[in-house]
Amino acid sequence: MKSAHKKAIFSKVIIYVILIIIALAMIVPFLWMLSASIKSDREVFQMNPFVWIPENPKWSNYSEIWTKIPFGKFIQNTVFLTIVVTCLQLLTSSFAAYAFGKLKFKYKNALFMAYLSTIAMPWQVYMVPQFIMMRKMGLNDKLLAIICLQAFSAFGVFMMKQFYEGIPDELCEAARIDGMSEYRIYANIMLPLSKPALSTLTIFTFVTTWNDYLGPLIYLKSQEKKTIQLGLKMFIGQYSSDYGLIMAGSVISLIPVLIVFLILQRYFVEGVASTGLKG
Amino acid sequence: MEKITAANVDTYQSELNALIVKIRTEADEKQKKKDLTRIDLLQRKISAFRTGSKVSRSTKRDLVAYSFIAPNFIGFAIFTLIPIVFAFLLAFMTWDGSNPIEWAGLSNFKKLASDTHFIAALKNTIIYCVGTVPLTMIMSLALAIVLNQKVIGRGIFRTLSFFPYVASLVAITSVWKMLFHPSKGPINNILLNVFGVAQDNLPQWFSGGLVMVSMILFSVWKYMGYYMVIYLAGLQGISGELYEAASLDGANTWQKFLYVTWPQLASTTFFVIVMLTINCFKVYDVAIMLAGGGKGELTLNSTVLVYYIYEKAFVEWKLGYSSAIAMVLFALVLIVTIIQFRGQKKYAE
Repeated sequence: MKSAHKKAIFSKVIIYVILIIIALAMIVPFLWMLSASIKSDREVFQMNPFVWIPENPKWSNYSEIWTKIPFGKFIQNTVFLTIVVTCLQLLTSSFAAYAFGKLKFKYKNALFMAYLSTIAMPWQVYMVPQFIMMRKMGLNDKLLAIICLQAFSAFGVFMMKQFYEGIPDELCEAARIDGMSEYRIYANIMLPLSKPALSTLTIFTFVTTWNDYLGPLIYLKSQEKKTIQLGLKMFIGQYSSDYGLIMAGSVISLIPVLIVFLILQRYFVEGVASTGLKG
Repeated sequence: MEKITAANVDTYQSELNALIVKIRTEADEKQKKKDLTRIDLLQRKISAFRTGSKVSRSTKRDLVAYSFIAPNFIGFAIFTLIPIVFAFLLAFMTWDGSNPIEWAGLSNFKKLASDTHFIAALKNTIIYCVGTVPLTMIMSLALAIVLNQKVIGRGIFRTLSFFPYVASLVAITSVWKMLFHPSKGPINNILLNVFGVAQDNLPQWFSGGLVMVSMILFSVWKYMGYYMVIYLAGLQGISGELYEAASLDGANTWQKFLYVTWPQLASTTFFVIVMLTINCFKVYDVAIMLAGGGKGELTLNSTVLVYYIYEKAFVEWKLGYSSAIAMVLFALVLIVTIIQFRGQKKYAE
C-alpha cells in the first residue's frame, strides 16, 4: 500500500513538471515580447545580465508606434472588419443551421451537401478566381471584399447545425403546438440555448478575421485600407531593427484577441464538445 | 400540384384511417417509417383542402426554411461555390486576367511536371506536413490527457496553452525571430555559453536546411493548444466506467491508455489528423513570416504550394497555371480526406 502511495505522488510530481515546462514554453515568448516592448533596441538582446524589466522602461515605444505608421487607422479598419464579419457569421450561420438542424424541407440534403462538400476545400484553392470575380464586382481594395470573403462560411453552418441537432426536438415541437412561429422558436428558445456554440464560433471567427494576413494582402492595396496585420508586417519590413517598437506594436495587436478569448473561453471546451468538432 | 377535390379527400381520409389502424400492429420498422410519412402527407393534403388555402402547408414550410437558409446561402454560393467551379475550369485555360481566355487542355499540368520551383514547393509542403502532423498530434494528446486529470491550476494551464493559437502570426513570429536570432538571440546565446557550441556552428534557424525544422517546431508550438481542446472534448466523452472496469482487471496507467483511451479516441484522432493535414497543406503565412525575405519572397529551401499559387497569380498573372497548382493542392487534400473516411469506416466495423 505504501509503495502504491509513493508511486502516486511520484507520478503527480512528473505531471506537474511536464505541465510547468509546457506552460513556460507557451508563455515565455509572450513575456519576452512584453519585456522587449519597453526596452531600447540595445537592451533587447542584452544577455549578461538579462533583465525582464529594464531600469528605465522605455514606455515611449508605445506612443512612438502611433506616429511612425498610421497604426490607429489600421486598428480602426481591423476592428470594423472583425466586428461586422463576426456578427454576420453568427447571425447567418445560426439562422441557416436552425433550418438544417430542426426543420424538414425539400432539397434539404442537397443543399447541405453543397456546404459539406466545400468544408475540406482550402480557401487557397479558389482564392484566385474569387479575387478575379470580386474585382469585376468593383470590390478590389474595398473593406467590403474581406467581409464577403469571411462572413459566409460552410464551417459556421456545419458547426451550429451539429449543435442544434443535439438539442431535443421535443422542445421545438412543444413550442410549435403552442403556436409559436419558427422565427420565434429560433430567437426565444434556440439562441439562448446555444451560448457554448456561439461562443466557440465567435472565438474562431474573431481570431481568424483579426489575424488574417493573406486575404487582406490580396485585396487591400492602399495604405488607408490596411489591417493591423498588414500594417505590422509593413512596419517590420521598414524598421526591421527597431525591436522595441516592433514588440510594442505586436503587444497592442494581441490585446483585443486575448480579451475576447478570455471572456468567452469558459464556454469553449463545452462548445467544441457539443458541436461535433471532435469528430 | 394535383388538384384536391372533395371526392379525393374522402379517399384520403379512408386511407388515412386504415393506415392509423395498421401502424399500431406494424412490426417492420422500415414499413412503419414509410407509413408514418404517408400519414403525414395525407393529413397535410386533407387540412390543405379544409382550410382552403392556395399555398399548401408543405410549401409554406419549405418557404420558411428557405428564408432561414437564404442569407447565408446566397453569400456562400456567390463567394464560395461559384469561385470553386471557376477554379476547376481555369486550371485548363491560359489567361492573364485581361486578354481573352484560351483553352489550354492539360498543358498547364504538363508544365508543372518540369517546373523546379513547383517541385520544390510540393516537396517542402509535404515535408512540413510529415513533420508537423504527428508531432502536433502527440503533443496535443499528451497535454490533453494531463489536463484532463485533477491538477491544481488546470484552468490556467488550459488557457495558457491556447494563447499561441489566438496570437497573430505577424506578432508572434517576430518574437520567435528574435528568440532564435542567429547571432544575437537568447537561444543561440544559451547554445554558445551553456552547451559550448562553437560560434561558427551556431544554427541558422531561418535559412538553409534548418528552415523547415524551424517552421515545424513553430507550428507545433502554435497549434497544439487548439488540438488539445479538441482532444479534451473527446476525453470528456469517455465513460468513467470503462476506466473503473480496467482498474478492476488490474490494468496499469499505460494499459488503460492503450486499451481504453486510445481506442475510445479513435474518431477524434482521425478528425485531428485530417484537420491538421489540411491545415498543413495550406501553409503560407508561417513560411512567409519566418523565412520570407525583405519583399516577402521565399527561396527554394522554404517555398510552399500556396506561396507559388500566389506568386503565379498575383505577381506574374498566369491565372491558369496558378489554378493548376491549386488543383494539385486540392488533390492532396482530397486524398487525405478519402483515406480518413476509409479509415473511419474500417474502424466502425
